[in-house]
Order: sequence, then C-alpha cells, then structure tokens
Amino acid sequence: MVEKTEQMKALREVIARHKDEKGPLMPVMQEAQKIFGYLPQDVQIVIAEGLGLTLSEVYGVATFYSQFSLQPKGEHVISVCMGTACYVKGAQAVLDKLASSLGVEPGETTKDGKFTLVATRCLGACGLAPVLTVDEDVHGRVTPDDVPMILSRYED
Amino acid sequence: MSNNITLTIDNVKVEVPQGATVLDAARKANIRIPTLCFLEEINEIGACRMCVVETGSRTLQAACVLPATQGMEVKTNTRRVRHARKAVLEMILSNHDKKCLSCVRSQNCELQRLSLELEVTDEHIFAGERREYTVDDFSPSVVRDNNKCINCRRCVTTCYNLQAVGVIGPVGRGFHTSIESPWKAHLSETACIGCGQCIAACPVGALKEKEESPKVWRLLHDPGKHVVVQTAPAVRAALGEEFGMPMGTNVTGKMVAALRRLGFDQVFDTDFAADLTIMEESTELVSRIKNKGVLPMITSCSPGWINFCETFYPEFIPNLSSCKSPHEMMGAVIKSYYAEKMNIPAKTIAVVSVMPCTAKKIEAAREELSAMGVQDVDAVITTRELARMIKSNGIDFLSLPDENFDNLLGDSTGAATIFGATGGVMEAALRTAYETITGQELTSLDFHGVRGQKGVKEADIQIGDLTLRVAVAHGTANAKALLESVKSGEKQYDFIEVMGCRGGCVDGGGQPLVSAENRLRSDPKQVRARALYKADEGSVRRKSHENPGIQRLYKEYLGEPNSHKAHHLLHTHYTKRSKYRQAEAASV
Repeated sequence: MVEKTEQMKALREVIARHKDEKGPLMPVMQEAQKIFGYLPQDVQIVIAEGLGLTLSEVYGVATFYSQFSLQPKGEHVISVCMGTACYVKGAQAVLDKLASSLGVEPGETTKDGKFTLVATRCLGACGLAPVLTVDEDVHGRVTPDDVPMILSRYED
Repeated sequence: MSNNITLTIDNVKVEVPQGATVLDAARKANIRIPTLCFLEEINEIGACRMCVVETGSRTLQAACVLPATQGMEVKTNTRRVRHARKAVLEMILSNHDKKCLSCVRSQNCELQRLSLELEVTDEHIFAGERREYTVDDFSPSVVRDNNKCINCRRCVTTCYNLQAVGVIGPVGRGFHTSIESPWKAHLSETACIGCGQCIAACPVGALKEKEESPKVWRLLHDPGKHVVVQTAPAVRAALGEEFGMPMGTNVTGKMVAALRRLGFDQVFDTDFAADLTIMEESTELVSRIKNKGVLPMITSCSPGWINFCETFYPEFIPNLSSCKSPHEMMGAVIKSYYAEKMNIPAKTIAVVSVMPCTAKKIEAAREELSAMGVQDVDAVITTRELARMIKSNGIDFLSLPDENFDNLLGDSTGAATIFGATGGVMEAALRTAYETITGQELTSLDFHGVRGQKGVKEADIQIGDLTLRVAVAHGTANAKALLESVKSGEKQYDFIEVMGCRGGCVDGGGQPLVSAENRLRSDPKQVRARALYKADEGSVRRKSHENPGIQRLYKEYLGEPNSHKAHHLLHTHYTKRSKYRQAEAASV
C-alpha cells in the first residue's frame, strides 16, 4: 500500500511536468508504465484526469501501441521478434520453445511473476535474426536449443 | 478582389471560397459523391475512402478532406474510382454481420444503400475471418451491436465533440479495432448520459435504442391494465417522416388517431404537462429571485442534461430546478388526479410516454420518480419505436383522419409546443414569469433572442424593474462551455435553459433518423423547429397559465404552484454520480 502511494505520488509529478507540453499523453504513459510496470485502470484514470482527457482516449492509446501493457509484467520481459526476417529465420520455433518451457502463451506472465513472454514487431536488428531481447539484453541468431541456457541466466 | 477558387468537377466549372473541400465544391455543383464516415462538422477524417476521386495525382484522394485548389480537375465517377469504392464496401461487408432482415436500420441504412448503388453483387466476396461481439444491451437507453459496426467513428466524435462525454473510442489496432468503452465496460457502467446522439450519428444498425415496445404491446394486450399514452411536443413534428412525409410536417391529428387504433385507453398530450412545468418552474424562479435563492436556476426538462450535470458538474446540482420533467409530471398527475377522478387504482394504470429521447428511458427508471408508490411512468418508447408499432399493426398512417387528444389532460398552449425546440422552455417560462411578476399583459410574445441554432444564446429580458439575465445552451458540449463561463465568474445569469441535444428535442436521440447526406440538404433542427413555432403562432392560447385544464387542475387538486401537494407530485431531487462507475464497482 505504501509502495502504491509512493508510485502515485511519482505519477502525479510526471503529469505535472508534462501537462503543459504539446502532446503529453505518450510520454506520461511511458513514464507511468516505468513506475508501475503496467497501466492499470486507476493509473489510467489519474492520467486522464490529470491531462484533461477522457479515459477512452487514454485506453485507446494504451491498446493501440504494443509497448503498453494492461497486465502486470514479470520481473524480466522476453520479447521475441516476429518481424519478417526473424520469422523467416525460425522465430516461431524459438517462441514456441519459450512458451512450452515457461508454461505461458505469448502476452502472459509466469505464475511466479518471473517472466513475461511477448511476441513483438520488428526490433530493427534483422542482421541478427532470429533475435530476442530479455529486458535490455539482445540475444541474436537464437535457436530453440539456446532457450534453456538463456533462461538460466535470469533465473537466480 | 475575391478569394474564390475555380475548379472543374466532371467537366462542370464551380467556384468556391478558400478552404472549401472538393466535397463542398461537388455539392455546390450538384454532383453527388458518396460518403460514409463523413458527418459534417463532427467527423471529417477521410477514413473510409468511400468519397475518393481522381485529381490527376498518383493516388485517389478523399474528397471530404481534400482542399479545393485553383484550376483543379476532378473526376468523381471514373472506372478506377468506382472500382476503389466498391472494393472498400466489399471489405467493410466482409466484417459485417449482414443480417439486414432483422435489422432496425434496414431500408434506412447508409451501408445498405451504398451497396445497392455501387452494385455489390456478392456480399461474401471477401469471406474470411469475421470478428464476433457480444451485444451490449445493459443500458436502459442505448444498445450497441459491434457485429454491425463499420468503425467509421461517427458515434465516437459525436460523443466527444457534440456532447463532451467521450465514453467510447477505438480500442486495439488493425483488424482487432473496435469501438468500445474502456475495459469493455457496458455503457451503463460509464459516464454515458443516454442522449442517443450516437444512434443518430450511426450510418448502420450498430446503435439503436433499448426497445420497450415489447413491454408496451404486453401492456396493451393485458385486459387488467388501463393504458394511458402521452406524446412529447417534438414527436408530432417528426413522426410523419417515418411515413414518407416531408420533414417538418406537423402530424398531431394523425398521431392521436394512430395511438387510439393501437389500443391506448386514453391519449394525452405531454404539452399539458409542459404548461404545468412552466407554472411550477416560473414560480420557483420568481421565489429564488425574491428569496435570494441559488441562481442561476437551470432548467431540468432534459434527462440527458440532468445525467450530464450529475456526472460532470455536480457542483451545479443546487442550481437545477427541482421540477420533474414534463412527462414525469404527467405520469404523477395521471396516477393521482386522473386516477381519483376516474376511480381507477394507480397500480392498474400504465403510463406510456412517446418521446423524442432515449435518456427518458433512464429517467423513467429512477426510483425517486414514483410519487404514488409506483413509477410515475411505466414505459418510454421513442418516436421511431412508435412508427414501427404503427407499421407493425398494419395502420395506414397517411389515410388516418385527424383526431384530438382526450379532454382531461389534453389541453395545451403554444408555449408548451415550443418546448421541443432549443430556447422554447425559456421563452415559455418568460411569457408566464412576465405576467406573474408585473401583473400586466405581455403583448409581444416572441422572444427572438433565445431562438435559433447558435450554441449558446444570451439575452437580457426586462420584466418591470427587473433585468433578467438569461442564457440558453443546447448539446452538452455547449452546456459545458456555458457552465465553465459561469464557474470562472466570467458570466452571470439568473436563468439558464439547457437541452442535452443540439437543437433541443426536435433532433433528440429518439427521433426519426436523417442520413448524413440528407442532413446537408435540410437540417432537422431547423425544419422541425419551424413546425413547432408555426403551431405556437396558430394557437389560440400561447401562455401556459392560460391553459384551462391547468387552471382546473390547480383549482380542483393542487392548490397553488409549489404548494405542498405540487411539491410531492411534481418535484424531485438529484444525486452526484461518478464518471467511473465501473472502476468503483471493481474496487468494492
């Protein structure tokens, strides 16, 4: 509860900082997601009220961009690139292997809150295809056999 | 020097002012370019590509958002254009349920019309995955069926721009885009005010009123029920359109005849209760002014506006007149005065209101509107629902004779009739307030300053020594602007009229639908209002306090306006409502 109050305070500061800028919604939502890890309803209501928008506008943007999440995210976010180059080079098999290893579908978070698996659009690293990222780390030329090794690096 | 632009459309030269679009220019040249997502001044986003034209550039251009330029050569009906339009339609149809037979919009659907015009021969040509949705029919006023939605955004922009409500919007992306409320909330869980303007904006059958005609049929077929019907002022100015009559035809007599043939036991006029409202409301106004009560007083006839005020501007609740809306007053009078006079128990009487409005459906369900221990009004049907009932009963509307309302609660004045147009309630109240305050006869009855389509109208009205500062707003976005100016102290008024819908009830969310294209030709707000003002002019009595039925009601039953009995039957109270009902429900 204390944590949530602190987070809300931080969110209000973010809103105050961006409020008078042109097009403040996206930067506020991005920072809000950093603070909370995702964009739950009460957070979106505070953003809407703070920026003088309707909840529909905020929710519409939140569901339009895949960078925003309406669900709590895991400690680590695994994003598998499904862009054309990666797909052709076998990204689907990598994604399937991750899904079966973690026991979740793309878009879901493991029960222990450790990992969120995401299928993403082109990450712009086609030279490394198939590519995936875990948080900020980039892993290139991945095969399904690499999956246990990659996961083990984040499992401590 | 003129700033005009000359261009050629289909070999016709046309001159338009700077800033005009190609669609504007084509209309001026009497050349029809089909549109679908376009709704003038509300939704001009060039999204659906139905209005594409050739201009010599590489790609086809959407005429609704393409600025006309000097010397431009436009072709509106080339092979390429026709092919593109048809392909757009076929793709829209591929994700549409195509259940025209059971659709309320059949024969009045812009998608259906375009499909016929553009000679779509196979509505399944792009058969493939189709998104399926659950129909949202939880709201007492508006039903949303996304299986018919074409994502044109007309309802969305209407809800934002016209009404400043904004409870729906595009959700998701690409093929998965749908028009929804956040977190798929039912409309009833949002700040929706039930005005139904989204229905009026919808080109297809994705939005309609929550139908209560099945309940009305049940009441009519129940021999144990005494079923009384009342009709709002604006209904008579529009019902004829559903039977092919020109917009603005006043069909009062035929409407009454049709209601009798449907089997209603008594046919009363909400105009009677509009006069009653004026008696109560003008007395309340005079008393607030004399006793230094809360001013400005704001009218309370429009339930869409009341919902808006309770949700978005609860700080103005003390300003709202405590008067019930006319049809609710009527319901209370029917279940008390009429019931006693006819010796019929209130609970065996059913009151059906025919309204130009969908918010009236929410209003009728309010628990506090039950003066006699039963709801004042039992069912509300829209003008459109009444038309469907008449057609369903096989009544040939056009050949009906003109009949009169039943006596007891059927008298009315011209003041009541103009309730249906923006400024009408204000004007009616001023006519009575003037004579009440000064004790002198008002000779010039027309208050032109409060008439017309300007979003916010202001006037200073001299009544004896008193200068009454009045304002009129219609459409809740205009109401918002007006309230903000009062809140900031920029403006001071004594009396404000607000109607939830632009133009007032004549263009309410329950009225016959007019396509976006026909709205460009004749504006129902103006044309229907003219019918009401004409009826007012032709009335023998044009001031509410001169209504003999009203005089009798006070003499025999109520005593004085704002008497204890009048308060019990005819007045109500309001409650603050949350904008985020869904979130509150979730956090409990």
